[in-house]
Amino acid sequence: MRLFKLLFISAMVLVFGFSGMASAGTLDDVKAKGFIQAGVNGDLFGFGKPDEKGIWRGLDVDTARAVAAAVFGDASKVKFTPLTAKTRFTALQSGEIDILTRNCTVTLTRDTALGLDFCQVNYYDGQGFLVPKKMGLKSAYQLDGATVCVLPGTTTEMNVADFFRSNSMKMKPVVIENTAELAKAFFAGRCDCLTSDASQLAGTRSVSPNPDDYVILPEIISKEPLAPAVRHGDNQWKDIVNWAILATINAEELGITSKNVDEMLKSKDPIIQRFLGVSPGNGQALGLDEKFAYNIIKQVGNYGEIFERNVGVNTPLGIERGLNALWTKGGLMYSPPFK
Amino acid sequence: MALINQAIKYEDPSEVKPPVTSIGIIGWVKKNLFDTWFNSILTLLAIFILWKTVPPFIKWAFVDSLWYSTGAECHKAGGACWSVISKNLRFMIFGFYPHDLQWRPLLAMIMLIGLLFYSRNRNRWNKSLVYAWITGLFVMGLLMRGGLFGLASVETTQWGGLPLTLLLAIFGLTAAYPLGILLALGRQSKLRIIKTLCIIYIELIRGVPLISLLFMSSVVFPLFLPHGVTVNAILRAQAAIIMFTAAYIAEVVRGGLQGMSRGQYEAAESLGLNYYQTMRLVILPQALKIVIPPSVSILISAFKDTSLVVIIALYDLLKTTQSVLSDPKWMGFSAEAYIFIAMIYFLCCFFMSNYSRRLERELNTSN
Repeated sequence: MRLFKLLFISAMVLVFGFSGMASAGTLDDVKAKGFIQAGVNGDLFGFGKPDEKGIWRGLDVDTARAVAAAVFGDASKVKFTPLTAKTRFTALQSGEIDILTRNCTVTLTRDTALGLDFCQVNYYDGQGFLVPKKMGLKSAYQLDGATVCVLPGTTTEMNVADFFRSNSMKMKPVVIENTAELAKAFFAGRCDCLTSDASQLAGTRSVSPNPDDYVILPEIISKEPLAPAVRHGDNQWKDIVNWAILATINAEELGITSKNVDEMLKSKDPIIQRFLGVSPGNGQALGLDEKFAYNIIKQVGNYGEIFERNVGVNTPLGIERGLNALWTKGGLMYSPPFK
Repeated sequence: MALINQAIKYEDPSEVKPPVTSIGIIGWVKKNLFDTWFNSILTLLAIFILWKTVPPFIKWAFVDSLWYSTGAECHKAGGACWSVISKNLRFMIFGFYPHDLQWRPLLAMIMLIGLLFYSRNRNRWNKSLVYAWITGLFVMGLLMRGGLFGLASVETTQWGGLPLTLLLAIFGLTAAYPLGILLALGRQSKLRIIKTLCIIYIELIRGVPLISLLFMSSVVFPLFLPHGVTVNAILRAQAAIIMFTAAYIAEVVRGGLQGMSRGQYEAAESLGLNYYQTMRLVILPQALKIVIPPSVSILISAFKDTSLVVIIALYDLLKTTQSVLSDPKWMGFSAEAYIFIAMIYFLCCFFMSNYSRRLERELNTSN
């Protein structure tokens, strides 16, 4: 019997040895363990995916790095957990991750029923259609009776069904689990059109055997604001994530980049002085270092830099700023004042 | 006169050779491929199919193929793009393991394969081999995890690719086998509680697919833990695989136990052996020998099932490959990448089934 007890205890020690205990505030936990655990996509080029050397790249990845830079003054103090569409919310609820930056669309039910809080949107997406040019289509409203290639289990599948139903058109869905296989099926002619978030369509088109043979239809049939999520009820942590993202947007508004941020420290402009922590106040209010915004911009860059590096026109995705431009340039990116 | 002599000589049956059309290759072809009209049609059809498929495949795989190029060059070329493997090999094999430290999992895998090959021979199965395995596993764990003797520490979350597949498979199979035997014995037990518990366990686990167990372990189980307590994802998946495989092994072993004749038990009893000795010395050695083929086929399918951890986002060999394929640079070259990992899986499974046949031959005492 004693042997069994011993075995049981050592098994429990083994199990919990792999785990960490957490207390109420995520900020304290994160500071205690010395890094942030972020949940990311893993398979989505431009948003969250390891490169050839296994180093994480993407817009969502950089968002998590920005939060790490704000908390620790070191953007590398973040570890990434790849999550599937099905495991992502549990991972956050169970405390396995501290922040979920995995191209999650903000919806009412997710915000309420799942015990999450969504933070500042870091990418405004929408769903569109990619069709072969030879079909001669000008609009998504001409797609009646089309076979549609679509990924299962996401809001995408529901949106496209809603779109066809509300316009009393018929569709035949071709559901394929994997992005790469879905694109292959479309190029092989197994479906008339491929539907996905607009951010993905451009990338899919660019890898086709002949990109000029395909066009993206102008209609965007859904709103997909993608935002990081944290656990419900931890307001301080949510504030930190919010203002870390807003700092990247505010920096772009103020013309501060990772290259000129050191010069900007000497700026006489009181707005910039407050923002970069030259005149203190903001950092203390958040429970962070006064230099948190400086650290974000210096190590990760402003929103424009993050966007262009991961998904912009010079990447394989080649996405225009569009809705993600600053509000002064016709987009939706707008930061409240840092004071 | 001379002519007649010659003719007689030619008719000597021991000297006369069969006609060329019935010996050698032509004879074999005639006898095996064109002996009836139906077989002739089948042969022609098979040749036609081969002619239609093999040359294009060779052209695609070898002639027009690119072995070390960029993705853009591949998209232009018509042939196979083996570059998707050569350019991404390290990520496919080692996943997130830090780039500079990848010699460590490589060394661990070489050690593992070395140990497996050394243990193939049953004459070497003795105590020192057990110690060699224990030390070997410890050194492999140390190489993978680090943190001692100046080796940099590498979190288990960064383990991936082939080492992760092998880890899940080898620990899964070695832990599942004894557990399965215990369950089989439990199911045969005369103690009602033990018997019921074992039956419930086996039937419950066999009643659900592995995917649902993996989901339970990765999605449902964490919600039952106190807030903030998390259990390593690899450990959770490993536990699910062990539980699943053990239930199947248990049923196979039970088949072997039931195949033992009553006389064996009675003979053991009459020698005064207790339950433990009866099982250990008489019943199990015979029962397990009978069930080698079905248990190996379960082990092989369990090995392949480890690839299902993809759905809970563990980066095993299959998932790292899929991750590479989701890069726009390499999108569309899935055939090449999947052929490559299929070959790795095939090698492992072929080794297992080959070895099981050898074990069967060596243990065959029936004649």
